[in-house]
Amino acid sequence: MILDGKCPTGPIEQTWDKHRFDLKLVNPANKRKYNVIVVGTGLAGGAAAASLGELGYNVQAFCYQDSPRRAHSIAAQGGINAAKNYPNDGDSIYRLFYDTIKGGDFRAREADVWRLAQVSNNIIDQCVAQGVPFGRDYAGYLDNRSFGGAQVSRTFFARGQTGQQLLLGAYSALSRQIKLGSVKMYDRREMLDLVVVDGVARGITVRNLVTGEMESYAADAVCLATGGYVNVFYLSTNAMGCSVTANWKAHKKGAFFANPCYTQIHPTCIPQAGDYQSKLTLMSESLRNDGRVWVPKKKEDCGKHPGDIAEDDRDYYLERKYPSYGNLAPRDIASRAAKEQCDDGRGVGPGGRGVYLDFGDSIKRLGADTIKERYGNLFEMYEKITDEDGYKRPMRMYPAPHYSMGGLWVDYNLMSNIPGLFVLGEANFSVHGANRLGASALMQGLADGYFVIPYTIGGYLATVKPGQVKTDHPEFKKCEEDVKAEQNKMLGINGKKTVFEFMREVGGLMWENCGMARTKESLEINLKKIPALREEFWKNVKVTGSGSELNQQLENAGRTADFLEFSELMCRDALHRNESCGGHFRSEYQDAGEAQRDDVNFCYVGAWEYKGVGKEPELHKEPLKFDNVHLAVRSYK
Amino acid sequence: MQLTSSSIGRKILMAITGQAMVLFAVVHLLGNSSIFGWLNGGINAYAEHLHSMPLPIIIGFRLALLAIVCVHIWFGIQLTIENRGGRPQQYAVKSTQKATFASENMIWTGSLIALFLIYHLAHFTFQVISPETAALKNLVPLHNEMVPNVLGMVVAGFKNFFVSFIYAGAMVALFLHLSHGIQSFFQTMGWSCDKSQPLLVKFGTLVALGLFLGYVTIPLTIFAGILKG
Amino acid sequence: MSDHKTMTLTLIVWRQKNANDPGKFETYTAKNITEHHSFLEMLDCVNEDLIHAGKDPIVFDHDCREGICGMCSQVINGAPHGGQDRTTVCQLHMRKFKDGDTIYIEPWRARAFPIVRDLIVDRSALDKIIQAGGYTSCHTGGVADGNAILIPKPVADEAMDAAECVGCGACVAGCPNGAAMLFTSAKVSQLAILPQGKGEAATRVKNMTNAMTECGFGNCTNHYECMAACPKGINVKFIARMNREFLKAQFA
Repeated sequence: MILDGKCPTGPIEQTWDKHRFDLKLVNPANKRKYNVIVVGTGLAGGAAAASLGELGYNVQAFCYQDSPRRAHSIAAQGGINAAKNYPNDGDSIYRLFYDTIKGGDFRAREADVWRLAQVSNNIIDQCVAQGVPFGRDYAGYLDNRSFGGAQVSRTFFARGQTGQQLLLGAYSALSRQIKLGSVKMYDRREMLDLVVVDGVARGITVRNLVTGEMESYAADAVCLATGGYVNVFYLSTNAMGCSVTANWKAHKKGAFFANPCYTQIHPTCIPQAGDYQSKLTLMSESLRNDGRVWVPKKKEDCGKHPGDIAEDDRDYYLERKYPSYGNLAPRDIASRAAKEQCDDGRGVGPGGRGVYLDFGDSIKRLGADTIKERYGNLFEMYEKITDEDGYKRPMRMYPAPHYSMGGLWVDYNLMSNIPGLFVLGEANFSVHGANRLGASALMQGLADGYFVIPYTIGGYLATVKPGQVKTDHPEFKKCEEDVKAEQNKMLGINGKKTVFEFMREVGGLMWENCGMARTKESLEINLKKIPALREEFWKNVKVTGSGSELNQQLENAGRTADFLEFSELMCRDALHRNESCGGHFRSEYQDAGEAQRDDVNFCYVGAWEYKGVGKEPELHKEPLKFDNVHLAVRSYK
Repeated sequence: MQLTSSSIGRKILMAITGQAMVLFAVVHLLGNSSIFGWLNGGINAYAEHLHSMPLPIIIGFRLALLAIVCVHIWFGIQLTIENRGGRPQQYAVKSTQKATFASENMIWTGSLIALFLIYHLAHFTFQVISPETAALKNLVPLHNEMVPNVLGMVVAGFKNFFVSFIYAGAMVALFLHLSHGIQSFFQTMGWSCDKSQPLLVKFGTLVALGLFLGYVTIPLTIFAGILKG
Repeated sequence: MSDHKTMTLTLIVWRQKNANDPGKFETYTAKNITEHHSFLEMLDCVNEDLIHAGKDPIVFDHDCREGICGMCSQVINGAPHGGQDRTTVCQLHMRKFKDGDTIYIEPWRARAFPIVRDLIVDRSALDKIIQAGGYTSCHTGGVADGNAILIPKPVADEAMDAAECVGCGACVAGCPNGAAMLFTSAKVSQLAILPQGKGEAATRVKNMTNAMTECGFGNCTNHYECMAACPKGINVKFIARMNREFLKAQFA
């Protein structure tokens, strides 16, 4: 099937305005008759729930944490982009649009990206009004920094905790609506199924994580803002609770999964210290503004103290390979370059998986105080984890899975192929193409939540009668029973391996064979090993306790079971895409280390339709057209 | 007004009444120090001066003080009971980083001071503890007038070890109470920032120490026989 | 990097099935722990052993494991988050402990935080305080340009100092009175410092402090244990500021 993104046509500058006008409106008096479910309370979900509640819809919001304020958007450090052009350095909506399309390696829809760039400015204004304490100059104007390979300074920031501050802004708006009664908040609830009646999304099944009870909620529209899936690698910068589960359940109910192979590996994370490690910690990319990345030129120097390695014996490989961007090369490129150096045997630290990020020159140039002012909290964090002082000794960094560009397929209205199911933020696939630029995730989450879904959901709801299906519909009961049956099955196996052991294993396979670089062979290995591991899971997993209590193992077991299915889809997608683009690097398709895109055969969105566990999914394509930005080889040399 | 019902409101009342009593204690000490002779006629003259004020002023002042004491005690007990309920179950390991003995025992040091106050009033104001030395009954000449012999009463009292001991002990309680209470006043009133806060802690302790030393000097010098009647 | 040294530790952990269970301490042994383990990774290892032995693992809240989500909440040897300066439990590393140490692990203890299970408590009271007024009542869209309000850097920085709160509740856990003053004051101050929040400052401080009392938190007695426990180093000057705002509000 050829998918249609239903993008508006005409001059790109007018698409969003024209579309907003074309969308139907729901009469203000009727809005309260519509129930909307929002799953996830990060930037996208929190902003959506608050904005929809404010518009007058009856909103029910869900999160698995104990409070909506804890969603993992909170961990984003660096900043949020907007095309304000405050520094007068040549930025514009068009440039942000252009950079995002190019940065995404021409695998995103033009219209979606344009809209993102257009509303980016409103986001900043909105957040300021909420009381987000963005960095300012002494005169009181908003401060900007250059970030993640952008040649203009368009990134707004709140110290090294921009994600936290933006999330708390959305959380405060959400809290206001909760108090007003327009949003009902359900915390410690995990969505375990999507209820689809006659092909339309009508509600969700959730597990109350405290009591273990299954609960059903019906609505006229369901919004998933459930984040990304890079915990499929087990070790990632995501929170421990991040999973593909909500998306995967929706996928199993018919929603297409688009571009799952596009995963972003962030270049600057603290390297792994041991097997017991549970997660990787990201260090803001902004560090690369003042830090220089290098490895020893000679393999025999790798074990030495970095201070003992002479300047001439250091290989500043990013500056060498990409003279115009240098240390600020985009994430995918910087990550792969680090991997290359380590594969070449010139990595540093435990297991030789690390490169140096050196602030020596910047401290000499700007003084330690300036560096401390800019990155103090990051240096502190580094020291807490590694017990090393980044001011005195270069930090060790290694790439780590960080973000998933792929996600559920949505049209221009953020609606999936299941009517009534909307997908927001990282959970959808829409704007980042094959690679996301730094400081764009926060922008997308808030754009979707504050400024897109409030319009587009109205366009859908205006066409449906409210309250058509209630929780007494037999499909709700069936979903609850299916979920319970699956949980009972896991609880009843009483095998020999713990959930963690399975997750570590599948994560290891994915990192090894479907990570920063993939080959046909490595992917085929996974396509053999993963189904076997999945089979073993269902025979040999050990989950103690019961389903009718707070049971963290059971929660993790469910998430792991979904990852064991999803990982196979991810490998299939990676295998089918015989090209290298953005975060998807197939070693066979390269030109002296640079990704080789195949626009003739793969300039499309690959959206997969579920056909059953272990069965080959069906690929649907949405061709991508580039009318405004010309397809070109992405070069940062 | 949320002053009498809310958490912070009641704290503010505690702070203001507490501070008023600190001011009283300062003035009281200055007056008492006349025992060392800097006022012509000593403490007897000071006492006479106070008593010669118009009656409504004396009664009004005493009632005001009584009201202040009652408010402070009432809310002190109320807040303490509430606070004990704030953490019904204690930790198995007690580990305090910033709290001090003084801050943790305000209710006890306060109770000691209250008990002492009753004793002190009975002793020197109502003069029922040792009637034979009561100043009101033993008049002495001063500037051609017969006035109550406060000096004699005080000296006779503090010659007794137990009386001096009780007074000195009460002053320790007062020191502890104020070493936390004075800086607490500034914090509760919001007259504090990160720079001033540690200074205010020092200031409070210093004032408390000054009051302690000042007050304790009187029984000490009398008991040691330095100050004679 | 000295990965070869490992530690063996005795853990005395609070176990409580649910809110109604009286709960008790249980003793466990953590083996093969290196100095690079985070505290939670050490517990992960203990839990893996427990699961293999067919026992219920120790239940604790955690999520981001990088010190920002505010989910983790354990009192270690009497100190919330373990007592290391500006550090959450998830960022606490085992190099702070010695081989053979005995470690007491308890949940946050406060009336306003009923225990859910083992080391997990219910902190929804903190959400209720925010719902009472921890926001500016702006609408989505229709706001002024971000630069329309000038906020000089020192002011923005001061607001940011307050805004760093992660809402973990360590201040409440550390307070002998189970008071939420530091938490509440951080939000009250952030929005009182910024021009955007000044309009509602009086109603905000009244409503939020009322919510604080209604939720069962104790009162402040200026011990400053909260500041010592706070993993983000929120200063008690914000409590002073809230008190000031409260007084001002009485006359507003």
